[in-house]
Amino acid sequence: MNLLVRFANRLSILFRSRRFRSELDEEMAFHRAEMEKEMIAGGMSPEEAHYAAMRQFGNNEKLRQQSHEVVVLRGETVAQDLRFALRQWAKNSGFAFTSILILSLGMCASISIFGFVDAALIKPLPYPQPDRLAFVTESAAMFPRANISYPDFLDWRKQNKAFSSLDVFRSEGFLFQTPSGAEPIEAARVSDGFFHSLGITPLLGRDFHKGEDLPEAPNTVMLTYATWQNRFGGRPSVVGESVSLSGVPYTIIDVLPATFQFAPRGGAEFWANLHPVDSCSKRRSCHDLDGIGRLKDGISMDAARAEMKGIARQLELQYPTDNRDQGAFVGPLAEIIVQDVRPILLVLLSGAGLLLLIACVNVSSLLLVRSESRKREIAVRSALGASRLRLIRQFTIEGVVLVVAGLVLGVLAADLSMQLLTRLITKDMMDYMPYLAGLGLNLHVWMFTFLISGLSTVLFSITPLLRLPLSHIKKGLVENDRGHAGTAWRRFGANLAAAELAIAVVLLVGAGLLGKSFYRLLRVDIGFEPDHLATVQLAVSDTAYPKDEQEEELGRKIIDRVSRLPGVISAGLTSKLPVSENGNTWWIRVVGHPSNGEHNEVNYREVSTAFFTTLHAKLLRGRYFTEADDASKPRVLIINEALAKKYFPGEDPLGHKIGNNTLTPDSIAEVVGIVSDVRDGSLDSEVWPAIYEPFNQSPDTYYSLVVRTSQSAGSILPALVAAVHQVDRGIGTKDYATMRGKINGSPTAYMHRSAAWLVGGFAALALLLGVVGLYGVIAYSVSGRTREIGVRMALGAQRGSVYSLVMREAGWLTGIGLAIGLLSSVGASLLIRNLLFGVRAWDEATLGAVTVLLALSSLAASFFPARRAASVNPTDALRAE
Amino acid sequence: MAKKPDLLPGTLDMLILKTLTRAPLHGYGIALSIKRLSDDVLTVEEGSLYPALQRLLLQGWVKADWKMTETNRRARFYRLTVVGRKQLGIEVSQFEQMIAAIGRVMRAAQEA
Repeated sequence: MNLLVRFANRLSILFRSRRFRSELDEEMAFHRAEMEKEMIAGGMSPEEAHYAAMRQFGNNEKLRQQSHEVVVLRGETVAQDLRFALRQWAKNSGFAFTSILILSLGMCASISIFGFVDAALIKPLPYPQPDRLAFVTESAAMFPRANISYPDFLDWRKQNKAFSSLDVFRSEGFLFQTPSGAEPIEAARVSDGFFHSLGITPLLGRDFHKGEDLPEAPNTVMLTYATWQNRFGGRPSVVGESVSLSGVPYTIIDVLPATFQFAPRGGAEFWANLHPVDSCSKRRSCHDLDGIGRLKDGISMDAARAEMKGIARQLELQYPTDNRDQGAFVGPLAEIIVQDVRPILLVLLSGAGLLLLIACVNVSSLLLVRSESRKREIAVRSALGASRLRLIRQFTIEGVVLVVAGLVLGVLAADLSMQLLTRLITKDMMDYMPYLAGLGLNLHVWMFTFLISGLSTVLFSITPLLRLPLSHIKKGLVENDRGHAGTAWRRFGANLAAAELAIAVVLLVGAGLLGKSFYRLLRVDIGFEPDHLATVQLAVSDTAYPKDEQEEELGRKIIDRVSRLPGVISAGLTSKLPVSENGNTWWIRVVGHPSNGEHNEVNYREVSTAFFTTLHAKLLRGRYFTEADDASKPRVLIINEALAKKYFPGEDPLGHKIGNNTLTPDSIAEVVGIVSDVRDGSLDSEVWPAIYEPFNQSPDTYYSLVVRTSQSAGSILPALVAAVHQVDRGIGTKDYATMRGKINGSPTAYMHRSAAWLVGGFAALALLLGVVGLYGVIAYSVSGRTREIGVRMALGAQRGSVYSLVMREAGWLTGIGLAIGLLSSVGASLLIRNLLFGVRAWDEATLGAVTVLLALSSLAASFFPARRAASVNPTDALRAE
Repeated sequence: MAKKPDLLPGTLDMLILKTLTRAPLHGYGIALSIKRLSDDVLTVEEGSLYPALQRLLLQGWVKADWKMTETNRRARFYRLTVVGRKQLGIEVSQFEQMIAAIGRVMRAAQEA
């Protein structure tokens, strides 16, 4: 209340400030007059009295100011200071422009990277109570996170007490008939409570009924919002209609909300009920499901994990063959979804943070230089009665003006660069990072922005004050303008320059290591020649080709037709393309080798006769498959080198027989060849043991066509697709790509590439800023030492020795910056070693290259001031005294 | 010129308020009154008087009106408000506590 009254009074005074002044003047004049009168009455002459009163009354203006200050709003003087600050910057527009540019660069980098960090790491899941959601799967020796089998899922669901609901989903692919032909599309199958567990409510229709995931339930499906819009024209009547997927009718029961996203199956257009009627669902050893669970209130993730592990152990005892070593994995869903991008985003955030730091340091040192030249101004102002507080406020306001300008530019640039960066992400990858849809200038990002602005404002208002211990202000009045750069400043400014160089070194080393990792990654041995290879994913309808012989026949026809295309050298089929992922595994057992029932998990691929020759994979021993290896012949297989080394140490694998873990008679096949390791998994993953079966002995309906061409691989793709459709219009085709394009565009390569480029960009800017900072320090020091250099030269110093005088100073700073930077960068590289590939954290070549680069840049930066120093005319320098 | 003792810090507001209890006064009158009543010991510098009056105005403890003096000059007369009177009471009691406390300390110091 009291505050309010005071504020109102102040406001009224502010609005009537002229009147306030005149009233005060009149009041004081009256006071003086009365005083004079009294003195005259006491016997003074009128003139004496007048002067005595004036003397006693004191400085009229100061008095007025003091009375005024009691009442005015602080805002009024702030506005004054602001106007002054703006005038200051306008006068030094070059300086202001440079500082604002540097600052906005640093801000842009850190704000946009923080935008990604926020979207991906801070709130990645758009579900209610996302921290109660767990990712639940089995674990196996080769996979810390494997899949769950359907029978195991049923037991887990029945026995667990930790989850209020436990559900599963799995990948599915459908052939969808469009006017332009059959199109393979991604889909998912889920258990009945899946959407309920996530907390998603139906948009138009209904959720799956309880029990709708049982084998006897009819086929039902939900559409994603985008599918509804794009493929069904957004008709509300779509619910209840029937849609044919891969030739099977499904009833549409719902459209999912537009905001629905589920990163692990980001590309799925249709969400069907589980319908566990296939052979895999009947076997406990066939794992194709992933689980999600919602924790009951009061149950921790750890408690749930412990319970699930216990259940898994129980099942292992119950089913010793199928569930041997099959444990349980329980972890936060959010963590699983962002685990691939987390380390890279954190590295980028640190990089951007360092860049912001170096930008701030740079601007600070510019402010220091400027405050040096404003010493007299400050001294005069304080002599005229500016209070300490007022001076501090002046600097703060100047800092605020800088930061606000940098902030506005930085935020605009960050908004733009976030859009640009997301545009660089391919559609496929975006499907699996749906959380990036939340990217932008949201509340968190604004909060971060204001935090860094606040910190830099504090920094910028403190810096000039460091240089101006206010108690010594009067010295500024006495000190003349000539030379004499304060040694204290030189030391402090020099420290800043060394710090900038050190940060630049850390960023350069980081960029060097990431760049080298990326280079190594793209040149990692993949076991075949990826150039001139074109690939297309094919999907064949089960209903059109129900028998193995028909599928085998179709595969042969496709190869024949495609091979006759001009420019095609050879063509092959594979159930899974190389350089995609480890997975699609089989548990093997070598006939005649001792076994205690462990699961020997190996990659399993079905490939056509010419697959290895098309890839140019090397045959190490034995033979390739031939067209004669068909269903009528004994089963054969080819193994890779890794499998030979792991399961046949010191033995010749050729002629040995391999079967599944229980050696079921129809699974047993003879090893007829060993090929060099063709990399199945991503570029940075390990090469796993693998077995290959002839397509003709176990044909499939979903496989990739791989073609080696004599011309450029990309140009043949349209002809390739046309040729496949000439064989059968009903074959679905997608993912037309060159093998090189697929490898370079793979998520692994993408992550490494973006890390290398972005950190590289940060490092380049940091180097630029660091070198400019060094230049500033050296140039300033030279300008302050003109007199000294003049004296030296007058006393006979050679130009060479002047050069070395200046260069030595620069050399020292560079040396210190380098030493600190190299030491810290080894530490920093250890932190990012998970992102490094084929490079050690202390890679000598990188460290050496960075050292040379920085030394050369510093040399260049100090050469110009040195030349200016050496060209000082001693007579002029001395005459300037 | 012998230096006059400074006012105890924080007491100026109280003195002004006290002076105004008897009748409204203009600034000069307040300064004069304090000087006379203290037998010339306390001199209120103009440099502190007017800022202090502004402060009291702002707090709403005094009100100011322009009136004519006996010599027919326009002057600004300050008068105590109800809130101001209450505030005076608070300040006086605080002041007395303080003086008593200081007195106790000084006596104790003498005895020691």
